This record gives sequence, C-alpha cells and structure tokens, in this order.
Amino acid sequence: MPKRALPEINAGSMADIAFLLLIFFLVTTTMDVDSGINRKLPRWTPPEEIPDTPPVKKKNIFTVLVNSSNQLLVEEDYMELRDLRDATKRFLNNNGDGSCTYCQGAGNSPASSDNPLKAIVSLQNDRGTSYKMYISVQNELAAAYNELREELAQRRFGKTFDDLSEAEQNEIKDAYPQKISEAEPVSLG
Amino acid sequence: MSKFRKKKGGGTPPISTASLPDIVFMLLFFFMVTTVMREITLKVENTKPFATEIKKLERKSLVTYVYVGKPKDAYIPQVGTEPRIQLNDAFARVKELQQFVITEREAINEAERPLMTVSIKADEDVKMGLVTDIKQELRKANSLKINYSTRKGEVYGD
Repeated sequence: MPKRALPEINAGSMADIAFLLLIFFLVTTTMDVDSGINRKLPRWTPPEEIPDTPPVKKKNIFTVLVNSSNQLLVEEDYMELRDLRDATKRFLNNNGDGSCTYCQGAGNSPASSDNPLKAIVSLQNDRGTSYKMYISVQNELAAAYNELREELAQRRFGKTFDDLSEAEQNEIKDAYPQKISEAEPVSLG
Repeated sequence: MSKFRKKKGGGTPPISTASLPDIVFMLLFFFMVTTVMREITLKVENTKPFATEIKKLERKSLVTYVYVGKPKDAYIPQVGTEPRIQLNDAFARVKELQQFVITEREAINEAERPLMTVSIKADEDVKMGLVTDIKQELRKANSLKINYSTRKGEVYGD
C-alpha cells in the first residue's frame, strides 16, 4: 500500500473560531476601573467613653452643614455648592497668626483659620441628605485641599504635585494636612 | 499558440488573509487578560454619583464591596421599594454588615488585613441615613478604610 501524505487541515475557519471567542470576551468584559474618594473612619468608641478633647478655637473650625433638602450652611451662612471650594481655600489659606510662610491668604479675616496646620473642616449632614450631595460636598472639600497642594507644589518645586517624589509629596501634604472631621450623626431637619 | 493565456496586470492581487487569525488572537488575548467577570448580579439600582478628586482602587483582592440602593423592579414584591444593602448575592440588614466584614477580613491573610478597604457603592439617590448607619457598623467592625465609589465627572449640574 502506498504511503499517502496526511491531508492538511484547513485552517480557514480558525479566524471564525477566534472571532467567536473575541466577541464573547468583548461582551463580557467590563473595562471600568473602580475608583472613588478614599476616606478613613475614626475608630469606634462607645458614646459614654468619648474622651474630652482639648477645645479648638472656633476660628479654626470651618463648619459645613448639609440639611435634608441638600442645602449648605457654611459658617452659619447659606452657600451654593459651587462657592464651597473657594470658600474652603480662603479659610485654609487665611494665615491669621502669620506663622504660615507659604500661605497667600490675606490674614485679615477674624473668622478664618490661624494657619493650615490648625484648620479643621467640620462636616455634618442630616440623615435625609442625599448621597449625591454628600459626595459632592466631600469632593469639593477634597478639591480645595488638592488645589492648595497643587499651587504650593508649583511654587516650591515648579512641578505638578503628581510629578514630585514621594518625600516632596509628603512635604506638601504636611504643609496642608487634610483634616476633615465628620460629626457624629444627628438629625438637623 | 496557447488557449490559456496568463493574464498580466489585470486587477490588484487579493490581500492575503493568512495573518488574520493572528491579529484576532492578539485581540482575543488582550480581552481575555483584561476581562473581569461580574462576580455578582446586582439586585439594587446603582447609579454612582460624580466626583473629580478620585483615586483608583488598587489590589482588588483586598476590597470588599457593599452595594446600596433601591431594589430593582423584579425584587420589589419581596423586599419593597426602600433602599437596601446588598452583600454578595443577597439583600442584607445593617446589623448583618459587621459580621460580614469580619468574615471577609478573616479570609485575607494576616499581614494584609490592615490594608483591607470597604468600597461603598451607593446609588446617588440613597439618603445619608442609611450610609451613616453603614459607616457606624464599619467602625464597630474596626474596618476603617473606606472608599466611596464614584464616576469621574463634574459635580455640578445634572
């Protein structure tokens, strides 16, 4: 019997099979990377054990209240969301006691902070506040800090904050420490 | 004299498709590698709010997800229309959250436990009351790193 060569397998349909698999993965794939605002919660302490904390000067606290109709009350004044970022920056950058060499604030507002190291943003929301509004406020407050850090990075190193080395980034972060304090939940009405 | 004369220069030669499978395989591998199969079926509405100051979540294995939102239409007869929490594949009560987080933390190896992050994926229409309750439970469970899951975009205007 003469030996016959094996017939070659037709590879023409390979592309079809590959396409089929490709389309399957195209459909099932979800490209969205998870991203969001990182926050750190304070440690849980039972209400009766909350220690007395040393008092903080009122001018160093920037109070932001959000009520159940999603309205903002900032430093006892009604405010629109779009003004919050600039108001926060002005408060942080105020440099009331003149100890902050890198601040560019006017330093003349008696209701604003002594210096960024002492400044605390206090955020309080109602149980009826919508999550969307809460995230918007958190975002604006974070944006205020980030913009100040960005400006300082430009002045001090001539680079954007993202391009700095880790040590330099920490230096900037220490210059504007992000102190956002959230009050224990209450009903504001 | 030849009956079959070779045509010369008539039309362009056909493009070889021999490398087509290679190209398709390349794409295929790309999608196979990047694909993340949805591990759970969402039972709640989940339209995330917008934010600009966002950070990417690294290390997916250290992230625990908590979904919050109104139940989808199919589940309304069983659980009603009030926003609910979804953990893995089931609706849960706020009280169950603490145990859930502790169980999830046990599953992570000990050295990496402090790095565990809880990602709160809440619908933008959820009221803060529920989210606050969740945060309090997380504090009780001593799981303090959280991430409010958002989409990238400006916060003003709808």
